[in-house]
Amino acid sequence: MELLLAITIGVLVAASVYLMLDRNVLRFVFGLVLLSNAVNLLIFGSGRLTAGAPPLIDEGAYAPTGLVANALPQALVLTAIVIGFGLLAFALALVYRTYMTLGTVNTDEMRVAEPVADAKEAGQ
Amino acid sequence: MADDYPKVDRVMGGPAGWISIAVPAVLFLYFIGLLPQIVDAPQVRGIDWVPSLDIRLSVLLDGLSMTFALLITGIGTAVTLYSARYLGQHPDYPRFVCYLLMFMVGMLGLVLADNLIALFVFWEITTISSYLLIGFHANSAKSRRSALQALLVTGTGGLAMLGGMIILGTVTGTFELSQILTMGDMIRAHPWYMGIMLLFLAGAFTKSAQVPFHFWLPNAMAAPTPVSAYLHSATMVKAGVFLMARMNPALGETSAWFWILTLFGGVTAVFASVMALRQTDIKQVLAYTTLMALGTLTMFIGAGTHYAIVAAMLFLVVHSLYKAALFLMIGIVDHETGTRDATVLRGLSKAMPLTGLAAALAAISMAGIPPMVGFIGKEFMYKAGLGLEGFGAIWVTAMIFAASVMMFVVGGIVALKPFRGDLAPTPQRPHEGPWPMLAGPLVLGALSLIFGLLPGILEHYIVGPATRAVSGSDHEVHLYLWGGVNMALILSLLTFLAGWLMYRKHEAIRARLTAFEARSPIDFDAGWDRLLDGFKGFAAWQAALIQNGSLQRYMSVTFLTFVVLVGLTYVLQGAFVTGIAFSTDSIHPIQWTVLALICAGSMLVVWTHSRMTAVAAMGVVGIGVALIFIMFSAPDVAITQLLVEVLVVVLVSVVMLRLPYLPRRSRASFRPGHALIAAGSGVVMTFLAVSIMAGDLDRRLTTYFEAVSYPEAHGRNIVNVILVDFRALDTFGEITVVVMAAIAAFALLRGAGPARRDKEEM
Amino acid sequence: MQSLILTTATRLLVALLLVFSVYALLRGHNLPGGGFIGGLIGATAFILYTIATSVREAQAALRVDPANVAMLGVGVAGLAGLASGFVNEPFLTGQWLFLFAEDGGKGLPLSTVLMFDIGVYMAVFGGILTLVFALEQEI
Repeated sequence: MELLLAITIGVLVAASVYLMLDRNVLRFVFGLVLLSNAVNLLIFGSGRLTAGAPPLIDEGAYAPTGLVANALPQALVLTAIVIGFGLLAFALALVYRTYMTLGTVNTDEMRVAEPVADAKEAGQ
Repeated sequence: MADDYPKVDRVMGGPAGWISIAVPAVLFLYFIGLLPQIVDAPQVRGIDWVPSLDIRLSVLLDGLSMTFALLITGIGTAVTLYSARYLGQHPDYPRFVCYLLMFMVGMLGLVLADNLIALFVFWEITTISSYLLIGFHANSAKSRRSALQALLVTGTGGLAMLGGMIILGTVTGTFELSQILTMGDMIRAHPWYMGIMLLFLAGAFTKSAQVPFHFWLPNAMAAPTPVSAYLHSATMVKAGVFLMARMNPALGETSAWFWILTLFGGVTAVFASVMALRQTDIKQVLAYTTLMALGTLTMFIGAGTHYAIVAAMLFLVVHSLYKAALFLMIGIVDHETGTRDATVLRGLSKAMPLTGLAAALAAISMAGIPPMVGFIGKEFMYKAGLGLEGFGAIWVTAMIFAASVMMFVVGGIVALKPFRGDLAPTPQRPHEGPWPMLAGPLVLGALSLIFGLLPGILEHYIVGPATRAVSGSDHEVHLYLWGGVNMALILSLLTFLAGWLMYRKHEAIRARLTAFEARSPIDFDAGWDRLLDGFKGFAAWQAALIQNGSLQRYMSVTFLTFVVLVGLTYVLQGAFVTGIAFSTDSIHPIQWTVLALICAGSMLVVWTHSRMTAVAAMGVVGIGVALIFIMFSAPDVAITQLLVEVLVVVLVSVVMLRLPYLPRRSRASFRPGHALIAAGSGVVMTFLAVSIMAGDLDRRLTTYFEAVSYPEAHGRNIVNVILVDFRALDTFGEITVVVMAAIAAFALLRGAGPARRDKEEM
Repeated sequence: MQSLILTTATRLLVALLLVFSVYALLRGHNLPGGGFIGGLIGATAFILYTIATSVREAQAALRVDPANVAMLGVGVAGLAGLASGFVNEPFLTGQWLFLFAEDGGKGLPLSTVLMFDIGVYMAVFGGILTLVFALEQEI
């Protein structure tokens, strides 16, 4: 299972990297979503996979009975998911605002800070 | 000159003025009180500052640092008193006072610091405050350029010096000067000695304006006159000299040290003396004579013999006294007559007798005429020069002779000529300066005389301890005005003769120098401009190369770097997992299905060019991930993932309503290079994940959390207990980030709509 | 979007979701749930309401500005952390009060930890709604 999960993570990363290399910022954002999923899975997996034993302490007990899933990566992933969502929302707002202001979603046409002419001039 | 500003009605600068005068005055008295203790036994006092980096805020009180501390606070008192009257009505005077006090703190810290890193920090404080003070008349482009030039030249040197300090710290294992200074033999024998020395000298030479880094100092005269008197003659520019003197026991006494310092110092001294003759602005004349003094000091520290060090320490004090007095004097003349042109000023002695007296005292000391302390200084310089061996003796003595002759001439130009003869017309009708401005130059001039007549005071309290601190030995020092007829005295007399002849002819010489300079191809100042332009051109070139404005390029480089670096590390470290011990028997068909769904979903997002399909596919991936969390015992994470997935789909859908469709798929839309980078990233990530999951797991923290979750934190859901109790600070940070992201997005979106409508109307 | 079925069903669902979000928040310390999850569920409720009706109605139903809720949440969490200062313990150390505790049981536990979780709930709830309202309103 671990091997399969690792391959899945690899596929997710490959897909997200390819998307993030696109000119279209919308596809870039899709890449961002997939990448955060991949990273969450990786962190989760690094705590090992334990089936059917959530990190809860039974009523009446003082500690978990038997081996339970690793709670630490779970806590990390949980916050990472929410933070990832915040990042995505901010990125979306940025994309939207950019489109409203510049009228394009193509990164090569976003040239307010670094106009093409300038860059060429400086290059010569 | 300094009068073209709206005046603010303040008596002596108001509270800022009184504070600025009181601070150095009190400190001066404090150091005077401390002096008798320090004369016999240097002390180290201090507190730990950054113990983990071995940085202590410690002070080293010895003859050298006390000499400087007294100069800084003593001349500081004179200068602040002077400025209160000179600039007290300037609207920005309180700001000026802040800069000046900041400088004073930096300079005092610099000379007193026992820790190299602390020394560096103070060194940079003086650089920055010097920048602010040179650029005080900030609406003048010339001031700003001069200020920036000084900052860049001395700042660059300072960085080099920091490098030297760190290497020295590595070699000796300590940053404490008091310890480093005792390890001289070890440092000199170390293979890195040359590097350390050169880096330190880069700092010292730029700060003390040695040729070829000298050009910033004459330009720095754009600063108000009290600043020139204080920073750019008496104290800050001597920081480089201080550093060389301070490091002498550790770095000095080698032939490389000797030749570098004596050659650079000698060339600086003579070059500056000649340039001084060439100027007509008296302030510029004084600036170049300051350069000459710095060159001389460098030369003597390099020479390193007992007499040379005595001469250096003596001349350090002598120069500070007369040069500060002269600068302040010329400030009064400028203030009262409206000009500082040596060719215009004549016959001021009747109108400004006290100014003339101060000028005379200081200039006689500068010219090295008995009974002023300047004479003793010159005698010792000759004695030190003659005491050297071989070519060094000839070189140093010749340089001293040339420089001393020029000093004599310059003394005449700045203090004799403007006051003698008949009064010449000046922009303003000259009259005597006010007492706060006269007090400083008069006292400093008087000190030059007193120390000349009673050299014992200077010998016992200042020069003796300072010499012992610099040479690291305990030689006795004996200063005297009359040493009998000897070679030094004969040279002195020759100096006077040559000086007098040259003074008579100085206008003709100046004309020739001006003509010569016009033809000379070497112009350091213009060279500086070319250097800056070249640097800017290079910056633009490399920025255009690296930062070409294409996001795709940046991302490619970033991911490629990841693939190469992580992949390479992985291979080099041999992190491959052999004989994978993963169990394969427990893989349930559902698990297969979920993983296959995730992979298929992600490929679909890449493949499709329909936005809705992409969003749906992302939803599939997200739900798949949530299912994995459920299958592997993470209910909290799974619920969060599901809810967030819903929100993601909602948000993306809402935003997409307003965004254009994705471009249609075509043959050209496949990017093989990017696909390769993507595949590489995926492969590296897979191997990484396998290695992580197959490696050893440190469960100590988890075990601890499991054990105390209920008994101590009263919670049965360990994940939640970690979030809100064990690692609550992280969570606190995270909710802050979420809220900040929300508010930032809110701010971005506000008003975005109307802009769109405007665009459509156009 | 105007759909009678969705609008009617939403009114019921929203109330249910909100109650459930508070339930998830409160039970979070012992069973799956907690501030993050509760906040997300609560936000989802209002987003559903927004989709069914309009931003304006959702804002009216919420009565307060979600941005204020979010910032208040961070404040509440911070205050919960400061409470430990009164008993001279490090920032964010949990302080507990067990009301009606009987032998062996823990009674009704009140704690700064719960207060912290409520802060998390408010921050997540308010933050997400701020975002969604802004997006919906501007677009």
